[in-house]
Amino acid sequence: MTVTADPVRQQPAPPPDASRRLVDRVFKARELAVALVLVLILGATQLSNTEFLSEQGVKDLLLNATILVLVATGQAVVVITRNVDLSVGSVLGISAFAAGIHLRDGGSPLVAVLLAVGLGALFGVLNGALVSLGKVPALVVTLGTLYIVRGIDSIWVGSRQITADALPAGFVDFGHDGIWVLPYLALLATAVLAGVAYYLRSYHSGRDLYALGSSPEAARLAGIPVRARIMTAYVLCGALAGLAGALYLARFGNVDSATGNGYELTVVSAVVVGGVAFTGGSGTVYGAALGALLLTSINSVLPAIGVSSVWVTAINGFLLLLAIAADRILALRVAAALRKKAARTRSARHA
Amino acid sequence: MKHPEPETTPVLELEGVSKSFGAVRALRGVSLRLYAGEAHALAGENGAGKSTLIKVLAGVHRPDTGTVLLDGEPVGFHGPADARDAGVAVIYQEPTLFPDLSVAENIFVGRQPRRSFGRVDHRAVRRATAELFERLGVDLDPDRPARGLSIADQQLVEIAKALSFDARVLIMDEPTAALTGSEVARLFGVVRTLRSQGAAVLFISHRLEEIFALCRRVTTLRDGALISSEPLEGLSEDDLVRRMVGRDLDDLYPKQRTEIGEVALGVRRLTREGVFTDVSFEVRRGEIVGLAGLVGAGRSELARAVFGVDRFDGGEVEVLGRRLRTGAPSAAMAAGLALVPEDRRAQGLVMDMSIERNIGLTGFAATTRAGLMNRAAERDRAVDWAVRLQVKYARLAHVVGTLSGGNQQKVVLAKWLATSPQVLIVDEPTRGIDVGTKAEVHRLLSSLAAQGVAVLMISSDLPEILGMADRVLVMHEGRLTAEIPGSEATEEAVMAAATGRADRGRTAA
Repeated sequence: MTVTADPVRQQPAPPPDASRRLVDRVFKARELAVALVLVLILGATQLSNTEFLSEQGVKDLLLNATILVLVATGQAVVVITRNVDLSVGSVLGISAFAAGIHLRDGGSPLVAVLLAVGLGALFGVLNGALVSLGKVPALVVTLGTLYIVRGIDSIWVGSRQITADALPAGFVDFGHDGIWVLPYLALLATAVLAGVAYYLRSYHSGRDLYALGSSPEAARLAGIPVRARIMTAYVLCGALAGLAGALYLARFGNVDSATGNGYELTVVSAVVVGGVAFTGGSGTVYGAALGALLLTSINSVLPAIGVSSVWVTAINGFLLLLAIAADRILALRVAAALRKKAARTRSARHA
Repeated sequence: MKHPEPETTPVLELEGVSKSFGAVRALRGVSLRLYAGEAHALAGENGAGKSTLIKVLAGVHRPDTGTVLLDGEPVGFHGPADARDAGVAVIYQEPTLFPDLSVAENIFVGRQPRRSFGRVDHRAVRRATAELFERLGVDLDPDRPARGLSIADQQLVEIAKALSFDARVLIMDEPTAALTGSEVARLFGVVRTLRSQGAAVLFISHRLEEIFALCRRVTTLRDGALISSEPLEGLSEDDLVRRMVGRDLDDLYPKQRTEIGEVALGVRRLTREGVFTDVSFEVRRGEIVGLAGLVGAGRSELARAVFGVDRFDGGEVEVLGRRLRTGAPSAAMAAGLALVPEDRRAQGLVMDMSIERNIGLTGFAATTRAGLMNRAAERDRAVDWAVRLQVKYARLAHVVGTLSGGNQQKVVLAKWLATSPQVLIVDEPTRGIDVGTKAEVHRLLSSLAAQGVAVLMISSDLPEILGMADRVLVMHEGRLTAEIPGSEATEEAVMAAATGRADRGRTAA
């Protein structure tokens, strides 16, 4: 066994840049794959329908994705902790209506948005408390709050609805306009996304969320305040669902008691397609956002290439399975890579 | 007495601590004093309450009665974070890592160095980890995820974690179980340095020679009660064992004479790329073959491939003349093969299931009629084996996770012996279990061999290999480097082959 030729032995503590490659490649590969699929789909559509990526086309694409991106960002944070929040659709609906009522009665747009965010955060507290104190699986707890919130929404809203003409013109314009092809809503969502990503990467409590999802028992022994962190994740998720509700109002100008119905499943699909593992501890919010962008693009792509939109759900389901398959294959390949790496290190150690 | 109790105040002290879990009284009025600059051993069989005591010190459990004193002042640890902030570092018996996080993050989780605005300084984390690894002489990439690390490497990460903050009290629960000799030596070096810098050390090990090498005082527990707390000087290993067990132990390696018969397990030119290469050997009926080697030599991986858990890329496996398909554990079981895996918590047992159900997992064919489970048959089978192996349990319906390590291992053994195997592969059968249970496991393996079962025993415990095996195989870096008859096997010969220093003429005799 040649010793001199082995780089591992020569560098017992490899410089960070070199040693980070493997890990980085693995995590980025997942997001790159989604981005690649997205580009391919958009490119192919553009070839068959040159109108597709016109200025208005891009704008519509981004506008459509914005709300899903926001909710998926919050959902990703919860999923990273090995939990899930199924109540996001209901929370979005009720927050949108609350903001709408406030605006209809002549309130200020800023207060309306804050109201929606606050209401969402409040439901986040409820979810967080039930999940962390009750020690009941999040799937069941949030299924319960899904129905409770939807129930409250139905009782409160009844057959009323908010329409665009009841809203201040500035608010509705905000929901449509933008700088060149970039809608204000998309810019706002991007800023939120970047903020959450930075929080997860660079703050103790953000890192704790990954630790918690990776191994709850080890997190407890390591002295991580488990309950507080789960609460943080749910409050963040609820607040973002609330914000998404306000933006929904701005974008569509139309809210009734069915707004956001069934939305949670789309959100969860986006998160999983974007590579956030349902078993917790891995994935990024950027991945979730890309997943959201991909799913909404399919919605726009199909009509553009003349396929009936009845195919959309089937294709989304197919994408979901494809994503899970890709994750599995990737995991196996990473395991193999680590195995080979370990073998090399070992030879160096005992040579 | 040369070492009377120091006059100073203990750094950490337990006084009259009791703790019960339901009906089980895990600790009964136990007191313990840890002094700065002194290593203190905690001895006792599995189930004696050592782990509970540690968890009280670590703030995981709150005592029902009694007090924890820090520098002579009573403290109430409200959680592991409190104990950590008070300077108590714990290395648990079972590594508690985050598989998805990098090794570096695992070490600094919750206490990463920060930059401005409270942001985590990822670079500092990485640098500090590299320094720790250098101090420990460990060759691990700080950026690789913890998933897939061998138990030994996981343990090293745990040790680095404990060293990463200036601990005033270092508690180590079986830190050496998975380590090689040189790694143990390095760990002890680090512990001695910490001790001389004034840290108090609490050390638990089932390897008595390590207790004598490292510690000055020893506290012995039995069935949750304090038996003695005394200086080690003047005690012999036998004295210590007697205090732990409460009786004299029979021979630790009770080898029965057996009739060696036909070949039961034949492995020819088995290869799994990057893991092991060109491995051939045979195990005959009535024979115990020891498989030695350093941790990471590919022994467990070989066992997994033989049993069909992992696929092999080339070669063949025959059990009693029947060739096995690759990657088919159920075919291996049907052919009469059983594998007691290395990691009982992750691979051997379903921790949340009852003792009865765990044992029942291998017996569906025997306890199922027309597709319906016969619960009574399952229960009878479990009772039969639990009694035969003397598993200490309150009720068979209790979750297996509540048993002590040694009893868990017995359940794993029961689960596989209930399949009446012709070939039994045991991977580290006595790791982390107490001397009493260890002797029982050895006696069991011996009597199985006497009944004509072929036993392949993987172990990192050299005395165990030398004491039990009729023949010793040694692996080094995925290859079989030596085959030594039991009568000629010595510690030196095995270690030489395990470290790749073996004389070539001896290779594959």
